[in-house]
Amino acid sequence: MALEALDRSLSATAPAPAPAAAGGCSASGCGSSSDQLAHLPEHIRAKVHNHPCFSEEAHHHYARMHVAVAPACNIQCHYCNRKYDCSNESRPGVVSEVLTPEQAVAKTLAVAAEIPQMTVLGIAGPGDPLANPERTLATFRALSEKAPDIKLCVSTNGLALPELVDEICEHNIDHVTITINCVDPEIGAKIYPWIFWNNRRIKGVKAAKILIEQQQRGLQMLCDRGVLVKVNSVLIPGVNDAHLKEVSRVVKEKGAFLHNVMPLIAEPEHGTFYGLMGQRGPSNEELQALQDECAGDMAMMRHCRQCRADAVGMLGEDRGAEFTLDKVAEMDIDYAAAMQRRAEVHAAIEANRAAQRQQRSETFIPITSLKGTMQRRKPQPAPAAAQAARFAVATTGGGVINQHFGHAREFLIYEAAAVGDDVDVRFLAARKVDLYCAGGDTCGDAEDALAKTIRTLEGCTGVLCSKIGIEPWDRLEAAGLVPNGEHAMEPIEDAVAAVYRELLAEGRLDTPAAATALSA
Amino acid sequence: MAYRIVESCVNCWACEPLCPSNAIQATRPHFVIDAGACTECDGAYADPQCASICPVEGAILDGAGVPVNPPGSLTGIPPERLAQAMAEIRAR
Repeated sequence: MALEALDRSLSATAPAPAPAAAGGCSASGCGSSSDQLAHLPEHIRAKVHNHPCFSEEAHHHYARMHVAVAPACNIQCHYCNRKYDCSNESRPGVVSEVLTPEQAVAKTLAVAAEIPQMTVLGIAGPGDPLANPERTLATFRALSEKAPDIKLCVSTNGLALPELVDEICEHNIDHVTITINCVDPEIGAKIYPWIFWNNRRIKGVKAAKILIEQQQRGLQMLCDRGVLVKVNSVLIPGVNDAHLKEVSRVVKEKGAFLHNVMPLIAEPEHGTFYGLMGQRGPSNEELQALQDECAGDMAMMRHCRQCRADAVGMLGEDRGAEFTLDKVAEMDIDYAAAMQRRAEVHAAIEANRAAQRQQRSETFIPITSLKGTMQRRKPQPAPAAAQAARFAVATTGGGVINQHFGHAREFLIYEAAAVGDDVDVRFLAARKVDLYCAGGDTCGDAEDALAKTIRTLEGCTGVLCSKIGIEPWDRLEAAGLVPNGEHAMEPIEDAVAAVYRELLAEGRLDTPAAATALSA
Repeated sequence: MAYRIVESCVNCWACEPLCPSNAIQATRPHFVIDAGACTECDGAYADPQCASICPVEGAILDGAGVPVNPPGSLTGIPPERLAQAMAEIRAR
């Protein structure tokens, strides 16, 4: 707690380190990125402590899974194509096989036994879980009996939510995500072509108005009952981008505790309205700018991977292929033994997290060596003049730098900034190298894998990984990036702070190249 | 007269629980409507229920064999734009 207090006081008193960070530091708890939820009451923090989707720190350590038991939907969204089914793509609404509740329970027990870091079972589609109430609730009912150590989660578009709130509470579903893209029906009509309501298909503004009313009513009912609610919003440039700040304000007022603004994914080959009509998704910068603006109103989630409705594993990975129906059928699961092992693994993870926190609090003590270096170089350095810089990190989890550059399918982006004598490190985003199929080897696009990776790192000053080959090292340098493999197995924030200090001390953060990279 | 589900059905289950006549069967490769049981929701609902929730254009035909939800009616994507995009994707 002392560290969190220190972080908060630092972010509250320091001048904004960079334009992008201005506004909302205290609300988003920027300070130590690992404790973005520091401002929340203790009982909420306890609930999300090991939930990878609700806590940025937890997602380094714990895994989740979705079971695709809910194929039906009661609305149409312009970013969704109900005909889509692909094993190579990773985005919401995509699954390989729809499961019955019985199959879903067997799969969950198998995954929980094989991946002991798994703490959360969510139902997220591929349609709307609450448009399939029997299948969804039967799955939850069986799991709350058979796997009492697993947290249950559901996500919904909200249309059927008010009538199902009591049953959600009955089944100990403690975390609900509602996708709310707007609170204005005129905007809603540009996102939702129709809803199915009271036995009729309803279109246009009238449909959007009903959906919005149901979402807001459901949100209020859940919050009144003490259920933790996260709100997801899809950022659609030119449609709801200017409106999402208002959404953030409204849902926070009702009691939602976390807002997850996600980028629209729209490509013609997805067959969606937006994909086919040329609606673009936001750039990384647009997304981050909006997240920062909304952060003035509430806690923002920035580590979402927009996963499939049948995803399995840590957030950045998908191990679904290991748990297909036929493979699960062959597994012989002793859940009592698995539960025991899970408890041991979780205890070890918690010991590790506590140790990392301890180590971090030590490194946050003012760095006298840096001070000395800076004072030698510049007699009176003004802290506000120090550039903020972004770093990409390759990690497979555990909160440490532990992945080879060439193996990274995604990078976590952190921003470091000098705050007085300290370095403030905050988590900004996860960027996938292959967000979804975008050409590449099989489709004949000329861009090689490394070029694609380098494009993913746009705007970053350096890259931290456990190891990196000579060729990629040279290519990164040629692209103006600083590769670094010297902090393997070190906690991410410490390592980012250390590299930032090094570059700052060497005067490499105010070179034209670094400045250009930052503004990109 | 009865409605009919054709092969573009994606087996999403949305229609099945809504049918007042329990005429929809969850079969493979796609769901089917029992023509003997289907009443086209006559007397039960103002609109045929299966066709009112079905998300796939063209997947349900009326008694005359005409798609209840013709191309473009649900997604808002003009059919000619869809055809053009498909051609562009194939030509890559």
